[in-house]
Amino acid sequence: MTSTPASTHASMPSGQRSPNASPPVSPPAIELRGISRAFGPVQANREIDLSVMPGTIHGIIGENGAGKSTLVSILYGFYQADEGEILIDGRRVDIHDSQAAIAAGIGMVFQHFKLVENFTVLENIILGSEKGALLRPVLAKARRELMDIEREYELEAPPDAKIEDLSIGQRQRVEILKALYRQARVLILDEPTGVLTPAEADRLFAILRRLRSEGKTIILITHKLREIMEVTDTVSVMRQGRMLATVATAATDIEELAERMVGRKVSLQIDKPCACLGDTLLEVENLHIETGTETPASPLAGIDFSLRAGEILGIAGVAGNGQSELLEVLAGYRRAKGSVRIKGCEVALSGSGIDAGSRRAAGLAHIPEDRQGVGLVMGFSVEENAILGYHRSFGYGTGALMDRSAIRSEAKRHITQFDIRPPDPGRAARDFSGGNQQKIVVAREIGAEPDILLIGQPTRGVDIGAIEFIHRRIIALRDAGKAILLVSVELEEILSLADRIMVMFGGRIMGERPAKETDERELGLLMAGVV
Amino acid sequence: MQRTMSDRVDIVLIPIISLFLAFSISALIIAGIGEDPFEAAALMVSGALGSAYGWGYTLYYATNFIFVGLAFAVAFHARLFNIGGEGQAMLGALGTALVALHIPWPHWSLALLGCGIGAALFGAFWALIPAWMQARRGSHIVITTIMFNFIAAALLNYLLVNHLRPEGSVAPGSALFPDAVHLPTLHDILSPLGFAFSKSTPANITAFLSVAAAILLWFFLWRTRTGYEIRTFGHSENAARYAGIDPFRITLIAMGLSGALAGLMALNATMGESERLILNPTEGAGFIGIAVALMGRCHPLGIVLASILFGFLYQGGAELALWTSIPRELIVVIQALVILFTGALDNMVRMPIERLLARSKRARSKA
Repeated sequence: MTSTPASTHASMPSGQRSPNASPPVSPPAIELRGISRAFGPVQANREIDLSVMPGTIHGIIGENGAGKSTLVSILYGFYQADEGEILIDGRRVDIHDSQAAIAAGIGMVFQHFKLVENFTVLENIILGSEKGALLRPVLAKARRELMDIEREYELEAPPDAKIEDLSIGQRQRVEILKALYRQARVLILDEPTGVLTPAEADRLFAILRRLRSEGKTIILITHKLREIMEVTDTVSVMRQGRMLATVATAATDIEELAERMVGRKVSLQIDKPCACLGDTLLEVENLHIETGTETPASPLAGIDFSLRAGEILGIAGVAGNGQSELLEVLAGYRRAKGSVRIKGCEVALSGSGIDAGSRRAAGLAHIPEDRQGVGLVMGFSVEENAILGYHRSFGYGTGALMDRSAIRSEAKRHITQFDIRPPDPGRAARDFSGGNQQKIVVAREIGAEPDILLIGQPTRGVDIGAIEFIHRRIIALRDAGKAILLVSVELEEILSLADRIMVMFGGRIMGERPAKETDERELGLLMAGVV
Repeated sequence: MQRTMSDRVDIVLIPIISLFLAFSISALIIAGIGEDPFEAAALMVSGALGSAYGWGYTLYYATNFIFVGLAFAVAFHARLFNIGGEGQAMLGALGTALVALHIPWPHWSLALLGCGIGAALFGAFWALIPAWMQARRGSHIVITTIMFNFIAAALLNYLLVNHLRPEGSVAPGSALFPDAVHLPTLHDILSPLGFAFSKSTPANITAFLSVAAAILLWFFLWRTRTGYEIRTFGHSENAARYAGIDPFRITLIAMGLSGALAGLMALNATMGESERLILNPTEGAGFIGIAVALMGRCHPLGIVLASILFGFLYQGGAELALWTSIPRELIVVIQALVILFTGALDNMVRMPIERLLARSKRARSKA
């Protein structure tokens, strides 16, 4: 239907800048008035006012836990506001579920795509709006409409390809197409660039600009200030559930936004002394993933490197090129072939000998990429999470019994040293914001005083204040003479933290550069597999 | 750990509302077949709780349910769905009988210890086979434990008919246990203290044992390192592997413990009540254990309370069938409704309640 704008807008007259309505009185595409929402004792949104003009790209920034996700969820009907009202094109609407949101012309692209992997693009696009018992006519109709949409917005996706065969960037375009197919006039994107290469992100921004020029309204939720500056027209800053300010992007800069977000001056620049190298602590030779029971989706195809005390070795690369597997092998919970030496001692990589516990005993700690699924037990309290992996060590009790008071004081130490908020050791991990969850993990792993620290995506989904904090901790650990292996998809992060940078692509190391002698462009090419 | 208000709502208020709904529908059904639901309820309460006799049976049933409920719960904390409690309890009964019949016990206390070890080992053994198959070969524990229930029943049948049946007996049952193995009943225990408890009920000393088992299990799960590992594994297998917890070891420990607890049910049913091994010594209690554990949120205290409730339903239901024309089957319907509302339809009650509470709290904080 998007192909025939006239018919679409006929039924929604107020959203259309029709010739007989004078432009200044055109109502906002989205207007929120006094939206409040609480979860138990936590006031996630407080009297939020926001208006987004049609045909603009509007950014919403804020630290994790600032209430962005809640606000968007209210807009998309996942939660209901306790108070306040939502106006679309100047008319009050009641968005009680996502169907109502779709009917109101709101489309959502989630951070984690909601696509059925073994369905085709076309099947995914009609999913949820099949209408009728037989699929064939719907698919045929959808194919025609899809082609119209693609032509109109210069967005292409192969309709008969299966999602599992598409790149991440392509999958995201399918999500956008899905929203457009449902005649979305307002598109909300939640942290859309987290999984994209720099080139794919640029591509996305081009699409967003194109959509804007076709009159769509876009709300972009991100923590990357640079993206806000690059692509948005106006930007709103949220902090502690409140909407602090909405400004024209052209009238502000990164420093100001960061300061507003965090509520104090933040230093985005990392100053670190030169690396003071010590002994080689970790040597990896010809590492392969064992085939067989392990999924061969992104295997390691011969990895060699070594890591010395007092340095940070960064591994850059687009997600899914073997970095996760590498970390898992080194941390001792994935089988592999090859050779790994920790402080000169060969460790077992296969058979029943592999076990994360013995790696910890050897002085290797690991901050996993997936803190919610791996690094934390979400249903456990901070206390119980504070000892995960170290629960057998003597400090936490003797024999079979656990010393609850020792565990509690350890958790309290983590809370004060890493400023975990709220400071409640009995609170379940799932009730903390992403940044504070990450602090629980980082506190535990750094608190264990390892010689080698493996870090996966230390700041994914973490707010600026916490990023700054975590980065300083990592640098301090390096300056204390520890060896750090840092895997991140954020090039900026790698460039500012690492002393040496390796790029992984397709399970291989594409190249290694000293951090001072390279830049995003060169690394971006390596990340794309171009040598 | 301190309990928040929402925890209290979760554990106390929501089960009570669910129960109320289940009983309301039961009342409608009873009214529908032309009986007076209030009279029926009064009869159930007086039959199960109104006399020492009623309590004797209620507690006897509750003891069975506590053991098998705990058995289900410990496996469930490791996210292992052990529905083989029935078969494991049958093997426990076999273990109990073999120990009771073949060793000349001088005193019931030693016999209780010996039979307990026998019951636990046999029950654990029956759970460890599916556990091993799951941990090493990936055979799904739900399927294998169901199968093992059937195998256990057939095995018991075979042994009773061909090997354990005394000379000259036509019924498939073992010989009676010797007198020295007779466990003190609640009557024996309470009358020296001045309480007159019914002589003719099977409730016995293992009722205390079951509560002790509940306390010990709580301590094990929340105060020991292995308990911590079991709960970690149950919450997230990936987190467990990350923490260096061996899935094989945890699967075997949790299932072994589960089978042992199920087996211990035989101390009450076989050693305490029938005092010989009979066909179907569990009478379906192993399955009630699943309902009891789910209703009790797999927490030992919840399981004890839910077991007493189900003991009440069992005994009250028997009274109802005896004194009214309400058919025995309707009791099963009531029990099923309780399971349905407290287990399967839990969220139906939970969500509106949580929303209501959140709203009232906001109203209060504003005022």
